[in-house]
Amino acid sequence: MPKNKELILQVKDIHKSFGDKEVLKGISFEVHKGETKVIIGPSGMGKSTLLRCINQLTIPDKGTIWLRGQEVNHHNARQINQFRQKIGMVFQDFNLFDHLNAVSNVEIALIKVKGMKKQEARDKAMSELQKVGLVKQAFLYPAELSGGQKQRVSIARALAMDPEVMLFDEPTSALDPELIGEVLGVMQKLAQEGMTMVVVTHEMGFARSVADEIIFLERGRILESGPPEKLFYQPEYERTRKFLFKLTELYGDIKGYHKR
Amino acid sequence: MINWQFFLEILFPALQEGFLMTIKLVCWSIPIGLVVGIVIAVGRVYGNIIVSFFCKAYIVFFRGTPLLIQLFILYYGLPSLGIYLSPFVASVIGFILCSSAYHAEYIRGAIQSVKSGQILAAQALGMSKISAVLNIVLPQALRRAIPGCSNEIIYLIKYSSLAFMVTCIELTGAGKIVASRYFAYTEVFLVIGVIYLALVSLVSKLLNILEDRLAFPGWENKK
Repeated sequence: MPKNKELILQVKDIHKSFGDKEVLKGISFEVHKGETKVIIGPSGMGKSTLLRCINQLTIPDKGTIWLRGQEVNHHNARQINQFRQKIGMVFQDFNLFDHLNAVSNVEIALIKVKGMKKQEARDKAMSELQKVGLVKQAFLYPAELSGGQKQRVSIARALAMDPEVMLFDEPTSALDPELIGEVLGVMQKLAQEGMTMVVVTHEMGFARSVADEIIFLERGRILESGPPEKLFYQPEYERTRKFLFKLTELYGDIKGYHKR
Repeated sequence: MINWQFFLEILFPALQEGFLMTIKLVCWSIPIGLVVGIVIAVGRVYGNIIVSFFCKAYIVFFRGTPLLIQLFILYYGLPSLGIYLSPFVASVIGFILCSSAYHAEYIRGAIQSVKSGQILAAQALGMSKISAVLNIVLPQALRRAIPGCSNEIIYLIKYSSLAFMVTCIELTGAGKIVASRYFAYTEVFLVIGVIYLALVSLVSKLLNILEDRLAFPGWENKK
């Protein structure tokens, strides 16, 4: 991906501690328009915290987030709400609204946050569901959907807000193996269509074929980052090579999403 | 030998007015009590330290003191501060204060049982905290609170008879007057008991229907 593209997201020197445990010790990176960054690293090392710091669901202790050159001020609740509308977030455990059917899940923020008219929101929601292949399931409730379908609804819900960038927090980790492919397929399609994405995942096949850059996070720092070919074949650190090797062994290289 | 004349010409007309008063009492107290309960519960869970403390104190006070004492204070105590309430208004206020304190705790439990991810997801979409509570948390929590709140509503129907103690002549009060005048305690209170039973059964049924109506897939098995 050419680097001369527009700068969308800047993460500058993010620090975060919980109690006396410092999980993030100064993370910085930039995401340009249309780029897909994949963040990998051992569990419990702050990957999810980093994503939450980006959209201020967790307020970082130090450091700043910039969206299109504008700094996010976490003291200004209204600004944060506006800023979050531009950052789509997909959670590991979906977090669909249990009391709403699929289409209502997608349209509620359009109505309550963007102030869209009901019919307009419904049309928009249906077209988002179509993108993730779930028009037939529009009136089913979360409890009636499979894990993969739930995650696709949650992707549609985030997309409906027309975000500048999408954050994925281990979107396939809570799924049965045979359902992972459908979610990765949707994500791959998004990346190809030029969506800017930051993805925390262990799916090495996805990382290898979709990522413009892989960021290896360990002990609260970026140990190493670079394009997939570099990290997989010529990593600077032995630690990176070992970790990638283990993940590839565990999760397999390619998981069927390429079939879509 | 049953004295039908007593029932038809004396008891029923007297009870009719009392019954209407009871209905009026609960029709005011139930909805307002519920709304106040929701506000107190939300304040307790999501309020800042001061709001949360106030809500806790409210619950401790109104759940911790006998309703009868609250009614006496409202009706006999407040006039010394220059506040005069009619028996009806004093009763309704007392019932609202008491039932809202109980509702608040049922609703607080229900709010806390809603997964925290629900609010996170709403906030990630740009909803303010208030909007997330109103649009996402409360619709789920209130459904979960229905069984508990039903309990309190049914209880309120029955303790509305305490209004009689502050001279608001409702069903029990009307019956008591007839019973003493005609010395017919057994007949009168049996009839009143049956009326309360019928009223409570009807309301329970309605609440069950409401619960079923508001259920959604994935919900039924939680009953």
